[in-house]
Amino acid sequence: MELPVIHNAAPAAAGGGGCSSGGCGSAPDALAHLPEHIRARVQDHPCYSEEAHHHFARMHVAVAPACNIQCHYCNRKYDCSNESRPGVVSELLTPEQAVRKTLAVAAAIPQMSVLGIAGPGDPLANPERTFATFRMLSEQAPDIKLCVSTNGLALPECVDELARHNIDHVTITINCVDPEIGARIYPWIFWNHRRMRGVEAARILVEQQQKGLEMLTARGILVKVNSVMIPGINDEHLKEVSKVVKAKGAFLHNVMPLIAEAEHGTYFGLTGQREPTAAELETLQEACAGDMAMMRHCRQCRADAVGMLGEDRGAEFTLDKIDALEVDYASAMVERAKVHERINAELERKRQLRAAPRFQPGLVISETPPPALRKVRMAVATKGSGLINEHFGHAHEFLVYEVGADSARFLGHRKCTPYCMGDTSCGDGESVLAGILRSLEGVEVLLASKIGFEPWGELEKAGIQPNGEHAMEAIDDALRAVYDEMAAAGKLAAAPAGARAAA
Amino acid sequence: MALSINELCVGCHACEPLCPNKAISPPVRRGSAVFFINPDKCTECLGDHDLPQCAEICPVEGAIVDEYGEPLNPPGSLTGIPLHLIDVAREGECRM
Ligand code: SF4
Ligand code: SF4
Ligand code: SF4
Repeated sequence: MELPVIHNAAPAAAGGGGCSSGGCGSAPDALAHLPEHIRARVQDHPCYSEEAHHHFARMHVAVAPACNIQCHYCNRKYDCSNESRPGVVSELLTPEQAVRKTLAVAAAIPQMSVLGIAGPGDPLANPERTFATFRMLSEQAPDIKLCVSTNGLALPECVDELARHNIDHVTITINCVDPEIGARIYPWIFWNHRRMRGVEAARILVEQQQKGLEMLTARGILVKVNSVMIPGINDEHLKEVSKVVKAKGAFLHNVMPLIAEAEHGTYFGLTGQREPTAAELETLQEACAGDMAMMRHCRQCRADAVGMLGEDRGAEFTLDKIDALEVDYASAMVERAKVHERINAELERKRQLRAAPRFQPGLVISETPPPALRKVRMAVATKGSGLINEHFGHAHEFLVYEVGADSARFLGHRKCTPYCMGDTSCGDGESVLAGILRSLEGVEVLLASKIGFEPWGELEKAGIQPNGEHAMEAIDDALRAVYDEMAAAGKLAAAPAGARAAA
Repeated sequence: MALSINELCVGCHACEPLCPNKAISPPVRRGSAVFFINPDKCTECLGDHDLPQCAEICPVEGAIVDEYGEPLNPPGSLTGIPLHLIDVAREGECRM
């Protein structure tokens, strides 16, 4: 049986007045509200479709090192924190090298369908390098979607050039629409040949971002908005941001948590600005979801990572290795088309299955609905392909789902330092596990392909039931099986102690 | 009259395209990040801009200095990080 994965859908009407959100043929996902032509472009997109990103891969190339603003969460020695994780340094490539690398990866990993230019700085602060890369790729690899992310300052002047290339979508990081708030996030911008500071600088940045957003949507280019949630500074304000950018036509709003650690040497890290907790982030995402689709599964993927969800094959594609490769892209493209077709057919089949009417005894027979079962949050360790195929100790992140009686809803990714690497690289395994447990706040079950003895005990102690019984099974099926088991054991009747009330 | 770039430079490339005299070049030595200003070409932007462009965009405090070795962007002037915290950061810096 297939479990409908519902994103941000309204909870099924209480009392079963007709159809549950999973059973009446509407696309049960975050994209449901989008106009058809946009949905078609987004639904198999590895960055936007929760489902597709198990099957397709994306990559970034680092060709744009310069930046024209300063964010308080960035130290400028690592990649742009707006798109990557702090602490990551990508190997800077020339446009020619970037094209070579992209072709080599696309030939070796046919699932690779999107190429992004993100940092280490701002791609549009490096227009020559960024556009040279896009020009060459549009010519040599027309089957690869191109995307670019920017802080927005130079966006309006670049829109025409962007429209000329085959740009799939643009991501703008918008942390505020109020310059007073902006002044607490951006210490300076470079504008008209001089450095500007304070509210005036923030006002220019905000105006440029909004103008760029309007110009792009007017030209029919997809725009996604990223926001960094900074507790006490813009957390409440982001609800307003969400409304504004939606009104201007952004199709997704992705709220990411601030990452601020002293060792990154950022202003926020050093001055003790705290990061949001997983629960705070979720609450805000929930609040913004009422306004528009939120990209819950955005993983702040490492900008230098290559490969499928949660995997990194970057080491196979270092510059010296690529220089030695001869890529016959024409034949690779044929192979790629076949693979994409297979994946799309598979995704389409799943969509049809979901849309098919299902037998719902609760709706037909009983006048009095059965006692409501509460929802359970479950975390999954996966390497991709929609399977439970990652070892607990190797997981860089966990996918968190809220499973209910007839649906499972994807809530988001919880990042962590892999437990197994804990003792050798950074600190002791003990504190790494504590960090993982903290990131799993609210979760009751953890599914992985394998879980070690020690973390098993610690998970149990923390009230999280480890589960290794569903290794290599499809996530949807496994979640359903575990839920049914819990229901049968009578564990789901009462509201759980300490859990957040189900929506 | 010329500015110069010291070893604090992180090699972000931001200054290079802005120089009206093409005085700035990327590092020649592999593995080094430090950019270089040709003192024979640098005019401190006189006649082209009111302010020296490289120093206006450089994000790193202390990386660009005048002929007396005085930084155009002294510590704390760009990030707003209080001075005592900058020292803490330098000590704990992770040298990868
Ligand atoms: S836009 Fe990106 S690179 Fe520029 S300061 Fe902000 S986080 Fe850093
Ligand atoms: S001060 Fe002006 S002329 Fe001199 S290196 Fe910097 S940008 Fe070039
Ligand atoms: S802007 Fe500053 S840090 Fe960047 S390359 Fe030039 S001197 Fe180095």
